[in-house]
Amino acid sequence: MFKFLLKGILRDHHRSLFPVIIVVIGVSLTVLAFCWINGILGDMIDFNAKYSTGHVKIISRSYEENMDQMPVELALGNVNELLAKVQRENPDMEWVERIQFGGLIDAPDENGETRAQGPAVGLAIDLLSSDTKEVKRLNLKKSLVNGRVPEQNGEILISNDLAKKLKISPGQTVTLMTSTLYGSMAMQNYVVVGTIKFGITAMDKGAMIMDISDAKYVMDMQDDASEILGYFSNGIYNDKLATKVKTKFNSAYSDSTGEFAPVMLKLKDQNELASMLDYISRMVGIFISVFVLAMSIVLWNAGLLGGLRRYGEMGLRLAIGELKGRVYRSLIYESIIVGFIGSVIGTIIGLGVAYYLQEVGLDFSDLMQGATVLWPGVFRAKITVPAYYIGFIPGLISTVIGTMLSGIGIYKRQTAQLFKELET
Amino acid sequence: MVFRIFFIIVVSLFSNQLFSQDISANKILEKIDANLSSDNQVITSKMVIHGKRGKRTIESKSWTEGTEKSFTEYLAPAREKGTKMLKLGDQLWMYSPGTDRTIQISGHMLRQSVMGSDLSYEDMMEDDKLHEAYNAEIVGTDTLGNSICWILELTTSEKELAYPKRKLWADKQKFIPLREELYAKSGKLLKRVDLKDVKSIDGRWYPTKMIFKDVLKEGKGTEFIVDDIKFNQDIPGYIFSKASLRK
Repeated sequence: MFKFLLKGILRDHHRSLFPVIIVVIGVSLTVLAFCWINGILGDMIDFNAKYSTGHVKIISRSYEENMDQMPVELALGNVNELLAKVQRENPDMEWVERIQFGGLIDAPDENGETRAQGPAVGLAIDLLSSDTKEVKRLNLKKSLVNGRVPEQNGEILISNDLAKKLKISPGQTVTLMTSTLYGSMAMQNYVVVGTIKFGITAMDKGAMIMDISDAKYVMDMQDDASEILGYFSNGIYNDKLATKVKTKFNSAYSDSTGEFAPVMLKLKDQNELASMLDYISRMVGIFISVFVLAMSIVLWNAGLLGGLRRYGEMGLRLAIGELKGRVYRSLIYESIIVGFIGSVIGTIIGLGVAYYLQEVGLDFSDLMQGATVLWPGVFRAKITVPAYYIGFIPGLISTVIGTMLSGIGIYKRQTAQLFKELET
Repeated sequence: MVFRIFFIIVVSLFSNQLFSQDISANKILEKIDANLSSDNQVITSKMVIHGKRGKRTIESKSWTEGTEKSFTEYLAPAREKGTKMLKLGDQLWMYSPGTDRTIQISGHMLRQSVMGSDLSYEDMMEDDKLHEAYNAEIVGTDTLGNSICWILELTTSEKELAYPKRKLWADKQKFIPLREELYAKSGKLLKRVDLKDVKSIDGRWYPTKMIFKDVLKEGKGTEFIVDDIKFNQDIPGYIFSKASLRK
């Protein structure tokens, strides 16, 4: 049966070409859209987790209310004790302390006078410990444009854009002006040892990376840090697990009323990510549903046209005694084969274009100026396992539905009329 | 009877002199300026900052000449020791010994807090004589502690001033402000200052304790305590130069 139908499809191009083309177009677009959205969402979650939110984050209650301003004076206290506690309670997770702060980079001339100044967004991480994973997590080595990663205290990295703006090259000394835990103005000299470009517009404007011990020194922080970030060991965000860890931690501090009492947030609680992720998920669902519907209608129409062309064939088959149900089923089997062939070709084409977008990407950095969420400047697709089968869902469903709708006409044929029809 | 008439005359004369509002508001400001301003002054002071994270005390010594020149050196704590600030006209420089850099404080940085206190760099820059910078109007009287005060409302059209509107409680006897409220152009209250421990120094009244409260900031305010003040001293000219910042 299958062999018979396949031979018919391959030998009679008029029977299969148009439906296959429709399925190929629809499936390739579905696969491409899936990979594209998957890539952007994945990058967004990944960037936010690595650079800003962690999979979970511990901050002080006051800090939570003013998080956008990165208020160092509202930092967490007793960080070592807190770190030990969360490490003990969640041994499968990795916990790191970080300080985010604002400041001004001042580049001196040969007389020590201000030559150029620019605002910088500082991120202090563990750069210098022998077992640190932060350099890898933030992809610092691959993000280097010039120079190297800091190897000792007093060395910093700045964004390539900021370095260009202030005309700073690796090896030069700059002065950072920022404020301490107590609100005093603090000044400290650092050697810029490298410039970086993350491909994240929000960070590439004016990022500055330094070791956390340097930041603690200049900001007069002893056992304090802006935030403690927690990461799952597999590096993948798991919302259910994050909710569990957060609920357990926060319940232990529910009775604390102090403004510096710690509070845990999960990734989706931050940077308006929850609403954005939910919105995009809804949009993906709507997009695929509309696509299946539109393709079904087109294939229904194609089936009707095919039915008209094969009117005589159907009539003959019914006239020689083939049952209507059998003819109807054979059409559906045929549509499954057409859908499968179209889905295979469409998936290959969709994956091919997605692979190109995964490797090269499209640069939207100009549109990302001023974005608060850490969006990648270059949008890339991402090919994951579901991308290999997601196209088969609309590809097969739409062809089968289209054929089922157009094939209903078979049941309207009257056996008694068939020979008369064939004679004419 | 004679005693009663004498008493009424004395009381009425006394009260006329003390409580009459015949004196103009601008004249009051002139008298306040005469108390607070001098050709030059050298102040050793400490700032007690009652912040969210506890109390900190910062000691400093300042040399001031007129309203245009001022030089401050921080003496303690160790972290701040050696930090110096120089004001020349409308420019402010800061020197930090840790960096051996002199950096001009300008723009929005002038609104930042000085050493985490309730004072901004802009506040430190503002030394204009009140009667020259503001137009005053007496809007009422009040009693603060044992002192009877005029309440003056000060307004200005000068755009450079940090506080376009002030409300000032002036002691009727000593011509010293005992309280000030500093407002933004919009009328929003920004800071409140209580001036206490008024002492007679070199023939003038001077408040030796000022409590600043930035109402937009949490915390319990900043006390500015004058440990020692000397007027009309012989201050060498080089003090008010950028070179002296690195000495």
